[in-house]
Amino acid sequence: MNRRKMLKAGGAAFLALAPGVRLVDLAVAASKGGSTDHLVRWGMLVDATKCARGCTDCVDACNQEHGLYGKGRAETDAQYIRVVDLQDKATGKTSSLPVMCQHCETAPCVDVCPTGASFRRQDGVVLVDKHTCIGCRYCMLACPYKARSFIHENLTDQVPHTPRGKGTVESCNFCTHRVDRGGTPACVEACESKDHRALVFGDMNDPDSELSRQLKEKSTTQIRSDLNLNTGVRYHGV
Amino acid sequence: MVLAGLSLVVLNGMGFARYMEHEGHWITGMSNQVVWGVPHLFAIFLIVTASGVLNVASMSSVFGKTEYRVWARLSGLLAVTLLLGGLLVLVLDLGRPDRLIIAMTHYNFKSVFAWNIFLYTGFLLVVSVYLWMMFEPRMNRFAKVSGTLAFTWRIVLTTGTGLIFGFLVARQAYDTALMAPLFIAMSLSWGTAFFILFLCALSRRSAGMGQRPVLERLARLTGMFTVAVLFFTMLFHLAGLYGAEHHGFEQFILVEGGRYTTLFWAGHVIAGSLVPLCLLFYPAPLSTGRLVTASSLIIAGGFAQLYVIIIGGQAYPLEMFPGKVVSSGFFDGVIASYRPSIAEVSLGAGGMAFSILVSLLAMRVLPFLPDDARPLDEPNDAR
Repeated sequence: MNRRKMLKAGGAAFLALAPGVRLVDLAVAASKGGSTDHLVRWGMLVDATKCARGCTDCVDACNQEHGLYGKGRAETDAQYIRVVDLQDKATGKTSSLPVMCQHCETAPCVDVCPTGASFRRQDGVVLVDKHTCIGCRYCMLACPYKARSFIHENLTDQVPHTPRGKGTVESCNFCTHRVDRGGTPACVEACESKDHRALVFGDMNDPDSELSRQLKEKSTTQIRSDLNLNTGVRYHGV
Repeated sequence: MVLAGLSLVVLNGMGFARYMEHEGHWITGMSNQVVWGVPHLFAIFLIVTASGVLNVASMSSVFGKTEYRVWARLSGLLAVTLLLGGLLVLVLDLGRPDRLIIAMTHYNFKSVFAWNIFLYTGFLLVVSVYLWMMFEPRMNRFAKVSGTLAFTWRIVLTTGTGLIFGFLVARQAYDTALMAPLFIAMSLSWGTAFFILFLCALSRRSAGMGQRPVLERLARLTGMFTVAVLFFTMLFHLAGLYGAEHHGFEQFILVEGGRYTTLFWAGHVIAGSLVPLCLLFYPAPLSTGRLVTASSLIIAGGFAQLYVIIIGGQAYPLEMFPGKVVSSGFFDGVIASYRPSIAEVSLGAGGMAFSILVSLLAMRVLPFLPDDARPLDEPNDAR
C-alpha cells in the first residue's frame, strides 16, 4: 500500500468511526449527569379552583427561597413563578393560577440552547448550568411559557443554595436543593401551610403518589398542549 | 478621514459594549419580554447581507457571467467582513461575552443556533479559500469549484439563519419554515443593494469602477430579489390571516401595532420595496442618483423589516390561553414595550463600521479591485 492509499484508508476510517466515538461520548456524558433515579419524574398539579384571586403566597415563598428581590424595574426583574389572572372571553368566568417553568419532557429551551447549558435531569427537572450559559437568551425566545428570566444587573445578597449570575438565564428549578433531600418546593410548602392545597408535588411515575392519584381523579390539562411537550406541571380548573 | 470616522464609530460601539457588560443589560431597551433588540437587528442584517453580497462573485464563478469577474474579489471580501461585523455584534451582546470559548467548545447538536456557529465559521473558511483561488493565477482553475461551494454554503447559511426564527414553535410570529426562503430572498436583495452602494461610494472617491451597464443590470437584479422578498412576506401574512390561530398577531402587525404597523407598511412595503422598484424599473436611463437612492431605500427597508420581524415578533404576547383575557404582574397578555437605547444602537453601528473599516484596510493591502477597473460613469462603448 503506498502512502496515498494509506492516507485515504486512514481518512475513511476516521470518517466512519468519528460519529460512533461521538455517540459513545454523549452516552457516557448522559450517564454521568444522571445522579438521580431515572424512574422518578417530578411533577406538579395546580388546582386552579383552589387559587384565590389576589393570593401570591406561592410567589412570595419562591422569591424568599431563592433570594429574588426586585430592583423596582418590573420589565427586567427576575421571576420564577407568577400568578396569571384569566377571564373567559365568552362567559366572563375568571380564574387565577400560578405559571412557572413547566419542566417539559421535550423542552424547547433544551433543544435550542447552543451550548447545552439548558438541560433536563433524568428526574424531569429542567435546569440551567450557570457555568456554560453564555447569555444568548435564545431559550427565552423558545419557551412557550415565558418562564425564564435573564439577569440584567449585578446581584448581591444571594442565598447559598441558589447561585445566580449577571448575564445568564434562570428559571424555576423545582427547588432541587429541597427535593433532592426529600423535601418539597417552597411554593408547595407555602400553599399547604396556608391550607390552600392548590399545589400538589410528587413523582408522576409513582402510581401510589398523591400527585398520581389526583391526576387520575381530576380532569387536567397542559398549557399549550397543542405543542405536545408532555409538561411536568398540569392544571385543573382552567 | 473616512477611516478615522469609521474607527471612532467602532470605538464608540466597543465602549458601549464594555458599558453593557459592566452594568448588565438593564441599561438597554431589552427586557425579559423583548430579549433580542437592536444589536440583533444589526447582527442579523450584517450576517444575512454577508451572504447576499457574494452574489456578484457567484454570478461570475458559478453562472459564468464573466462581466462580473472584475468585482468578484471585492464581493468575497465584503462577504467575509460583513459576517465578521455581524458576529462581533452578536458576541458582544451576549450576557457573558467572556464565555465565547464555551460557545466554541460546548455544542448541543440539536440546536439550530449551534448549527449556525458551524455555518458561520465554515463560511469564513470557504470564502477565504475562494478568494485565494481567485487571487492566485495558478489556482484560478479551481475558482469555479470553490465558488460553487461558497454559493451552496451561503444558501445553507441563510437557511440556517432564517430557521433560528422558523424553529421557534412557541411564538405566533415565527414557527414557519417559510422563514428560510424569506431570509434567502432578503440576503439576495440586501446583499446586492449593499454591494452597489459600496461600489458607488468607492467610485465617488477614486473613480475606480467601470462597466456601467453591468452595474445597471445588477441593480435591476436587486429589484427582482426585492420582489421575491415581497412575495414571501405576502405569503407569510396570508398564511397567518388564513388560520384563526394567528389572527391576533396579524391584526397587531398589519393594523393596530402602532410603530410596528407603520414600519411594516411605510418602511418595508412602500419606502423599502415599492419606491425602489419604481426607481429601478422606470423606463428611462438609470442615473447614479436613482441607483443610489433605490439601493439605500432597500437597505433602510430591510432594517424596518427586521425591526418588525425581530422586535415586533417578541412584543406580541405569547398566546398561552386562547379564548381568555390574560393579565399578570409579568406582562402577560400585553404588548411589550421596547425603546432602543443609545448603547444598543452604538454597538450595532460599531459592528457595521467595523465591517466597512476592515474592508477598506484590506483593499489597501491586497488588490481586491483590479487596476484596470474603469470609472463608474464611463460609457459602455469606451471599453
